[in-house]
Amino acid sequence: MVPTNYYIILSAVLFGLGIIAFVFKRNIITLFMAIELMLNAVNLAFVAFSRALGKPDGEVFVLFVIVVAAAEAAVGLGIIILTARNRRSLNVERVNLLKL
Amino acid sequence: MPLHPILDYLWIIPLLPLVGSAINGLLGSNWSHKTVNTVALGSTGLSFLCALEAVREFFVSGQILFRKEFFDWIVAYNDLRIGFDLQLDQLTVVMLLVVTGVGFLIHIYSTGYMAHEGGYYRFFSYLNLFMFFMLILVLAANYVLLFVGWEGVGLCSYLLIGFYFLKKSASDAGNKAFIVNRIGDFGFMLGMFLLFRTFHSLDFQTIFAAAAKSSVAVEPLGSFGILTVACLLLFMGATGKSAQIPLYVWLPDAMEGPTPVSALIHAATMVTAGVYVVARSHILFTHAPTAMYTVAVIGCATAFFAATIGLVQSDIKKVLAYSTVSQLGYMFLACGVGAFGAGIFHLMTHAFFKALLFLSAGSVIHAMGGEQDMWKMGGLASKITITFYCMLAGTIAIAGFPPFAGFFSKDAILFGAYNSEPGGKTLYAVGLLAAVLTSFYMFRLIFLTFFSQMRYDPRKVHVHESPANMTVPLIILALLSLVGGWLALPSFWGGKDYFADFLAPIFGMDEVAGVDRAAAHSLELILSGVAVAAGVIGLLVAWKMYAKGAKQGTSTGLHKLLYHKYYVDELYQAAIVGPLVWLSRNILWKVVDVGVIDGTVNGIAHGTTAVGDTVRQTQSGNTRSYAVWVVIGAIVVFGIIFWPILRNAFTPTVIGGVR
Repeated sequence: MVPTNYYIILSAVLFGLGIIAFVFKRNIITLFMAIELMLNAVNLAFVAFSRALGKPDGEVFVLFVIVVAAAEAAVGLGIIILTARNRRSLNVERVNLLKL
Repeated sequence: MPLHPILDYLWIIPLLPLVGSAINGLLGSNWSHKTVNTVALGSTGLSFLCALEAVREFFVSGQILFRKEFFDWIVAYNDLRIGFDLQLDQLTVVMLLVVTGVGFLIHIYSTGYMAHEGGYYRFFSYLNLFMFFMLILVLAANYVLLFVGWEGVGLCSYLLIGFYFLKKSASDAGNKAFIVNRIGDFGFMLGMFLLFRTFHSLDFQTIFAAAAKSSVAVEPLGSFGILTVACLLLFMGATGKSAQIPLYVWLPDAMEGPTPVSALIHAATMVTAGVYVVARSHILFTHAPTAMYTVAVIGCATAFFAATIGLVQSDIKKVLAYSTVSQLGYMFLACGVGAFGAGIFHLMTHAFFKALLFLSAGSVIHAMGGEQDMWKMGGLASKITITFYCMLAGTIAIAGFPPFAGFFSKDAILFGAYNSEPGGKTLYAVGLLAAVLTSFYMFRLIFLTFFSQMRYDPRKVHVHESPANMTVPLIILALLSLVGGWLALPSFWGGKDYFADFLAPIFGMDEVAGVDRAAAHSLELILSGVAVAAGVIGLLVAWKMYAKGAKQGTSTGLHKLLYHKYYVDELYQAAIVGPLVWLSRNILWKVVDVGVIDGTVNGIAHGTTAVGDTVRQTQSGNTRSYAVWVVIGAIVVFGIIFWPILRNAFTPTVIGGVR
């Protein structure tokens, strides 16, 4: 049986990759995928703990996260499409209306 | 039915004018003059009737002190209790009737005098408010409540002096009155504190009972014991309110107010509050001869000093203003030599004849279409007859000719001064000299105004007698100026001194103690003869100088000094006002206010802005930079949480390793 540690480490690595991608990439779709990656890294950690502790709580959480992620994907992709139409670009640097 | 329907509800007397003031002040701006009159006259008239009824009940119940505590106002610890307590005794009765009676007459007069002025409702609202505070002042049964009235009348005085507030001189005069009074009030408050520290109470009955105990020693002349200092501080308040040296300067300027105000506030009632306080505290004062002597000397000096200034003034109201200061000096002289009854008697007769004189002067000014300079009047006697005879009655009364009121009261004061020790003869001589001057400047006023040739242009000034609502109060006051003195006939006249008998329970009968009765009679006779002679001298000199017509000459020498009021205003300006203004402008304003206070406030504002400008840089608006912050934050939080674990991280641990 694979030790829980391995799952956790894999989860942390995935999460870190997600952060790095989020911080350094400019394409909005890439950022979006980075967020999904982080969510799934967390899901992995949940499932691993759930199995290690023998309790179903973590799996329930994962279901919630998947649902929320699906909703987020719907809304997020909508925003991306609108942004792409308005700005003619997917570069996040140019989505800067909030900037002073 | 209660036994004393009004006495038991004594607060109704001051409350009525307050209600009138509130109604007129809040609602009256669009009302017709008639409605405003109804409210103002109704409330003061009712108040007067209630006062009469209260006095009747006071007599019915045997003339014993009536005192009632209506509610607690300030209660602290065990010994400080200040209540809304009102009291009615013989002294209050006199003041109450003078204030409500003369006040009501002046209200009636004002309906005529103010008829063509703007702010009609405002005027009556202030006037009623003044009545409220003045009644609180005379009815109060402790010093603090008295002080409420004291300050309240000061406020109303300020409001009414500055009634024509668009006029710079009027608003300046209001400020001057208020500020000069502050100086006196400062002393008054210190006096109250000292009394409280000494007697642990500010209630009249408690303090006076404690002070009257034989164990309380009379502090000898020249010493400054606690009672002396307290009395001197109270007297300092009185010099402010009652316009005595050195704080008298505000009263002549107060003539900027409408004439009924000068009559009511600055002649008949408010300015006598200082005399009232001294008379009310007479038990304290008799224990402090030093204070008594100070009062006598200041009063005497003021009586003479103000009279000399009054000799040469050309403004009809200014003459009367200095006359008022001078007569108030007489009252203080009386109090200072222990003749409190005579002082209060003069207060009452003065209220009659000085209100009469001011109202007559108002009638003259009204007739002349606003002219106040006596050098631009003349020959008015045949044109405004009623006013002339009324003013003549007032003049005879103040000059001290029998049988008018002023003769009796001034005589009693001079008699008291003559018999006082030490220095009674000097006080008497100065007082007598002031009487000569009084007679002179009053008849000068009469001659300049009513006799000799016209000095105005009859084509421009339409001289007309005042309407009935102005002349009727004049006639009533003229009658009072005639008969008011008969309450206290000197004993050689075969009369009975009803007034002194009436006040005897308060002041005692020993005013002329130690003087042989028979000798006193002949002395009194001689002294009154001398006083009348003094009046005649003043009259004759004035007749000689002004009756046949005189021209306003260029002033030189002494005349110039007097005309410019001894340059006291200029002296105060240079010695006190100027330095204070300089200090305020250059230190308090430019250093303290601008530098310290504004500097602190603006410094804080600038500091905040600077911090904000720096911190703002983190809010770049760039979404991914926020993400970096989130990550950094998360790392920090994780670092703190897992720090104990990380510290031991050299030995690998199985996370969640329960097995």
